[in-house]
This record gives sequence, structure tokens and C-alpha cells, in this order.
Amino acid sequence: MSAEIGHFALIVAAILALGQSVFPMAGAARRHGALMSLGNTLATGQFVFVLIAFGALTWAFVTSDFSVANVVQNSHSGKPLLYKITGVWGNHEGSMVLWCLILSLFGACVAWFGGNVAPGLRARVIAVQGLIGLAFLAFILLTSNPFDRVNPMPPDGRGLNPILQDPGLAFHPPLLYLGYVGFSVTFSFAIAALLEGRVDAAWGRWVRPWALAAWSFLTLGIGLGSWWAYYELGWGGFWFWDPVENASFMPWLVGTALLHSAIVAEKRDALKSWSILLAILTFSLSLLGTFLVRSGVLTSVHTFATDPERGLFILAILAVTVGGALLLYAWRAPTLKGGGLFRPISREGALILNNLLMTVAALTVLFGTLYPLVVDTFGLGKISVGPPYFNATFLPLMAPMILAMGIAPFLPWKRADLIGVLDRLKLIAGVAIALAAAVVFIEDRHSFAAALGLGLAAWLIGAAGWETAGRIRLFHAPPGESLRRASAMPRSAWGMTIAHAAAGVVVAGITVSGVWQTEVIRTMKPGDRADLAGYTIGFAGVREVTVGNYRARRGHFIVSEGGVAVDALWPEKRLYLPQRVPTTEAAIRTTLFSDLYVVLGDPDGKGGHAVRLYHNPLVPWIWIGAVLMFLGGMISLTDRRHRVGAPRRSARPASPRPSEA
Amino acid sequence: MRRRAVLPILLLALIFSSGSPPFRAQAIEPGEALKDAGLEERARDIGRQLRCLVCQNQSIDDSDAPLARDLRRLVRKRLVAGDTDREAIAYIHTRYGDFVLLRPPVDERTWLLWFGPAAALFVALLFLLWRLRRSRAAPPVEALSAESAARADALLREGGDER
Repeated sequence: MSAEIGHFALIVAAILALGQSVFPMAGAARRHGALMSLGNTLATGQFVFVLIAFGALTWAFVTSDFSVANVVQNSHSGKPLLYKITGVWGNHEGSMVLWCLILSLFGACVAWFGGNVAPGLRARVIAVQGLIGLAFLAFILLTSNPFDRVNPMPPDGRGLNPILQDPGLAFHPPLLYLGYVGFSVTFSFAIAALLEGRVDAAWGRWVRPWALAAWSFLTLGIGLGSWWAYYELGWGGFWFWDPVENASFMPWLVGTALLHSAIVAEKRDALKSWSILLAILTFSLSLLGTFLVRSGVLTSVHTFATDPERGLFILAILAVTVGGALLLYAWRAPTLKGGGLFRPISREGALILNNLLMTVAALTVLFGTLYPLVVDTFGLGKISVGPPYFNATFLPLMAPMILAMGIAPFLPWKRADLIGVLDRLKLIAGVAIALAAAVVFIEDRHSFAAALGLGLAAWLIGAAGWETAGRIRLFHAPPGESLRRASAMPRSAWGMTIAHAAAGVVVAGITVSGVWQTEVIRTMKPGDRADLAGYTIGFAGVREVTVGNYRARRGHFIVSEGGVAVDALWPEKRLYLPQRVPTTEAAIRTTLFSDLYVVLGDPDGKGGHAVRLYHNPLVPWIWIGAVLMFLGGMISLTDRRHRVGAPRRSARPASPRPSEA
Repeated sequence: MRRRAVLPILLLALIFSSGSPPFRAQAIEPGEALKDAGLEERARDIGRQLRCLVCQNQSIDDSDAPLARDLRRLVRKRLVAGDTDREAIAYIHTRYGDFVLLRPPVDERTWLLWFGPAAALFVALLFLLWRLRRSRAAPPVEALSAESAARADALLREGGDER
């Protein structure tokens, strides 16, 4: 029964979405208040009905209702409850329902918390959200119904792919979707503004919190995915420049640009047309990512033919959305009033530089991702674009970016004194350069990359700390005075400082783990010892265990430091029973500064096992940095001026303080 | 529907794994590494630049496919025989074609790939510079025109043209 309820709820949600896309739009055109506010009700309704559908699907998974095809294919009665629940979005159909759920949630959020947005604009935003929702609900209903029944009902399901049975993966997709889909709101704001033909500074203010929320979730989602890849795939890599990773990275890059250009739109009433374009591009890239992944067009051109229906449907959604939005932009944007003057050395100049570098970086990733496909399509042969390309093109863009990130927070709006700012930063610059020089001196391998990465990281973290210290007059005023200043500092300023410093933390983690990773790969017999990075790792043996729905060979390693045992590690080689799929579970001893990473390989038949031991210095900083970026975004979001639904202030300061951002 | 079950699982594995192909296992086996640490280091660096041709998106250094192992051995053999890094890569390239190179060759097909983003950056900078010069040359005019635009707006509104 629950399947029918779910299916019916999806149909109702689609109808409500249709109404949501028509009535408020008509209401906004005719300035009809009741029609406009009808959109709010419909948005809430759409959310409620998608929630019912999602609940029904979850119920089918939790109760192992094997009359539902989707449950049969992706669940198993012997699976732990957590993975029964996460199995709901661990498959194509279910993850599209999750996508729609989050999309309708964002639409409803605009209805619930958008009280400070001008009614006409808000009605149009909700209508555009409804239109996107309608497209995706139709996609589910026509091509990917998760509620299809099977007859006869099989005795048990096939189980969820074991590599998805992991806590990290349980929360990766929802977070990633909160990011991807969150950018639908900024997209809707852009389309609504183009339809209205008017963009003012208030538009920038309304868009900022949505962009910030979506960006924060996307950051955390990407970070979580990379962390999972690191500990689950069993060899210590964390980023592979894989098409699917790139698909999530491109919206992040352009979304970051949007986040910054919206600041200029709000504070300086400039870059408005550009911000609108960025909002369109960010969501377009989210959709492109969905298309690439869903159609399988990138994994292999032939996968596309296996299920052309779905691929073509999403391609159609993509073409209509992106094409339509860009056409509307080309038609309407020239009529938008251009921004004011700016000087290159100013806060807005620095933000424009950020935009430029982020957008070009996204272009690099886009080219690298699609190029093999394009070359192949034109019959020019097969080429590969891999990490060496991305490292060669992406990093030269990031280096000036990070240099500018250190300076930008010191620059006031309109016109700044670069020499003066550099003079204030000379201590930080000196430390960063000294660190880089020291690295060149001690390291002979990859020393340029190591020096550059560490120097930039030190520069970024140092500059962020220095800026805050200067602002609260640390050590230049009595501690009480500094504390008072610190607590009076706007939350958005704290958020910016934390997020910028966090980027430095990530850079440090990537650089150090990349350059100074050490490894031991050898066959070990019980009783053997291996030395790695100051640790002695003794192999105590292997035993067979059966846990829940898998069987495993579990290795036992004893880690000692200076002759004293400090830890025991238990890496596993698992065999998940329903599917008989093997997985590798690395065992990791982490301090905040390094990871000891142990992987058990196959037995050699002579009593030994292939064993891989890695020492990854500073690798935890990559994810600590990602979490800090997320927290920075969240802290900024709690700023009174960002709070969604905060009452509009009657008077805004005529010229914002330079420190605000 | 049921026949296709493998596809969604594979796709999802792909999405959820942040793009890392599923079933990725460890690459280098014990005993593969060269005794000479310097040579081995070079071999690893080269391995990271060559694609495992039968894998989804892995270098031969990351893959445990038999072909990847063969290529790793081949690279090491060439290095031991005295090849430079460039020669070893060229050796593999001539036998396996462009597809094996994770760093695509620079030729007329890939000019856009290699130089497109840089060209875009250059054009954008030129555009900004042009805007800057124009706005610098014309601030008084701009101020006037804003004023007259407001006046024009007011006049239009008087004309009863309600948007």
C-alpha cells in the first residue's frame, strides 16, 4: 500500500508544482496579491507531498517490502537498519526523489522565510522553483518511478552495493544535494530578476544568504565524499579529478564566485548583471553534473545507449533550463542598469579578481572533463585528460588567487592603498617566504610545489589571523577591550576570516600529504615488523570473522613508537554475502597532524600477506579545513544582516565600513 | 527494468564515491618496486601520468588490473635499461596511442583544451582594462547621465507609463 501512496503523492506534488509555476507568475504579472501568495501555499504543499512520497519509499525500504522493484534491487532483509534507510537514496530512482524533496524544501523555505523579499520578486522566484520541481517530478514519474511493483515477489532483495554501506556515504548525498539544489534558489532569483527587468542592491542582499547556505553544504558534501574515498578505497588518495568529482567541483567554483560577486552587488550596486549570469551558470553546472552522472555519458559513451530515455530526458531539462535562462539573460541583461565605477586596487577590485580566477578555474575543469568526449565525438581519436592536466592548469590559477585572498580583507571599498596594506602584511609575508625558503633548503624532491604550497598556506592563515588581530587591536589594547571588539565584530566578518583561513588549512594538508607521504609495500608474515615514519608496525596475524552481512579477513597490527606499543590496528578485507562483493577496509590511526594508514592485501599462499602501510602527514587538515569552511559559512549565515526573514531595516548605513564583507 | 539493475548501481557507486571508480583496489604489489629508490621514485611519477587503458579513470599507478601491472613492469624495464622519463613515456605512447597519456599531447586538437582557459582569462582582463579606461575617462559624463536618466525616468512616469 505504501508504494501506491508514495506514487500518488508524487503525482499530486507534480500537479501542485504545475500550479506553483503558473499562479504566482500570473499574479506577479498582474500585481494580484492573492495569486502571488497562492504560490507560497502551493510550495508548502509540494514539499509536503514529496515528503509523503519520500516517507513511503523509506517505509518500503525499512520494512523490506520486496514487492517494490526498487527495494528488491537495492536492499536486503539482513542489512543493518541504517543502510536500509540510506539505501533509499543509494540508487537512481530514490536519489531523484531525494533531489525533488530538497528542491521542494528550498522552494518552501522561500515561501516560509522570504518575507523580506519584495512580493513580486518572491512570487516569481517561487514560480521558477515550481517549474524546476515540475520538470524533475515529471522525470521521476515518466522514466524513473521508484514505486514500480514486481510480481511475483522475490523472497529477498539483492542488497545495497557494499561500498555504499558506510556511514560516510550515508550523509554524503543529502549534503551534496543540499548544495547542488540550493543553488536552484539563486538561479530562481536570477530568472525572477530578469523577468522583472530590475536588479537593485537589495537583490544582492536577498541572494547572499541562499548562495551562502548552498555553498556551505556543497563544501561539506564534497569534503565528506573525498574523506570517504580516502578511507574506503584503500590507498590513501583523496581527490582524483574524476569526471564525477569535477561535476560537483564546477558548481562549487562558480558558486564561490557568485558568493563574492553578490557582495559587490549588495554593497556597491555593481556587478549585478554578472552576478545574475553566475547564478544561472552555477545551477546550470549543477544540472550538467546531474546529466553527466545520470546518463553515464562520461563514464562511457555506450552507457548512454543503455538507457537513452533517462539521459535524453535530463538532457532536455538541461537544454531548456540553461538555454532558456541564457536566452532570457541575453535579451534582458543589456537593459539592466550598469554598475558604478571601480578602481582595480579596492575591495571590489579584489572580488572581481576572485570572480575571474574562479570562473576560469571552473572553465579549466569543464574543458578537462568534456574534452575527451568532444574529441571522440568528432572522430579525432581518443585522448585522456587526467590529473597532470588539471595540476598544470588549475594550480597556476589558484596561486594568485590565494595571494589575493590574503590581501583582500585589508582593502577598503572604492579605493585602497596597496602599498600601505602590503606594509601592514610584511611580517606575515616574511614568515611565509622564510617557510618556503626553508622547505627548498631541506627538501630536494618536488621542492618547488612544496615550498609554494606551504608558503601560500602560511600566508593565507597568517593574513587572516593578522587581520582579525588588527581589528580587535590584540596586544595594542587592554585584553578586555580586544574581547569587546571581538564580540562586536560582525558574524559575517568572522565567517569570512574562518573560511579564508580554512582554505589555507586545506592547502597545507594537500601540500604536505602530497609531498611527504611515505609508504611501505611488502609481504609480511605474522611476527614481521616494518618501520615507517618513526613507527614500528608489527604484524600479529590474520583471522576470519563474520559480522552481520559480511565475512572478513581481519589483520592485526601493533603500532609502537620508541619501543612502546601505542595502538592496535585492524584492517579488513571484507566479502559482502548477498552480492559476494569484496571491499577493503583500511585501518587508520589518526592524530590531528598525521595518519598512519594500514591496508591488508591478499595472502601469497606461503603464509604471508601483501601489506601496504602509508604515513600521510597533515592529511586530516584537508577535512578539518573543509569543516571549518562549512562552519565559516554557517557563522556568517547567522549574521543579523543575512538572516533569512529578518525584517528589512528602515535605514542602511550609507557607506558600509570597509571591514564588512 | 530488472535487467538494467546493474547500471543504476554502478552509476550510483560512481556518484557516491565522489567519482572514484568502484572496486578500486591497491595497485603496486610487493616485489614490483625497483631496488634503486631513485629509479623507483621516477617510475612512480611516470606511472601517475599513464592511464590504465582498461580501467575507468585510473592511472597505472592506482590500478590493480593486470594490464596496469604489465605497464608498470614495462616502465621499470625501460628505466633500468637507461631510458629517461621522457623516453619511457614515449615508448609507451608509441605502442598504446594518445589514450594512454593522462597529460594529453599538445596538438591542433588540444589547443583549445590547453590554451582556451588562459585565452579566456586574457580576454577577460583586456575587457576589464577597457572598462576601467572608459570609466576613468568619463566620470563627469557618467554622473550627468545618471542625473538625466533620473529626470527622464520621472518624465516617463509623468507620462503615465506604469510598468
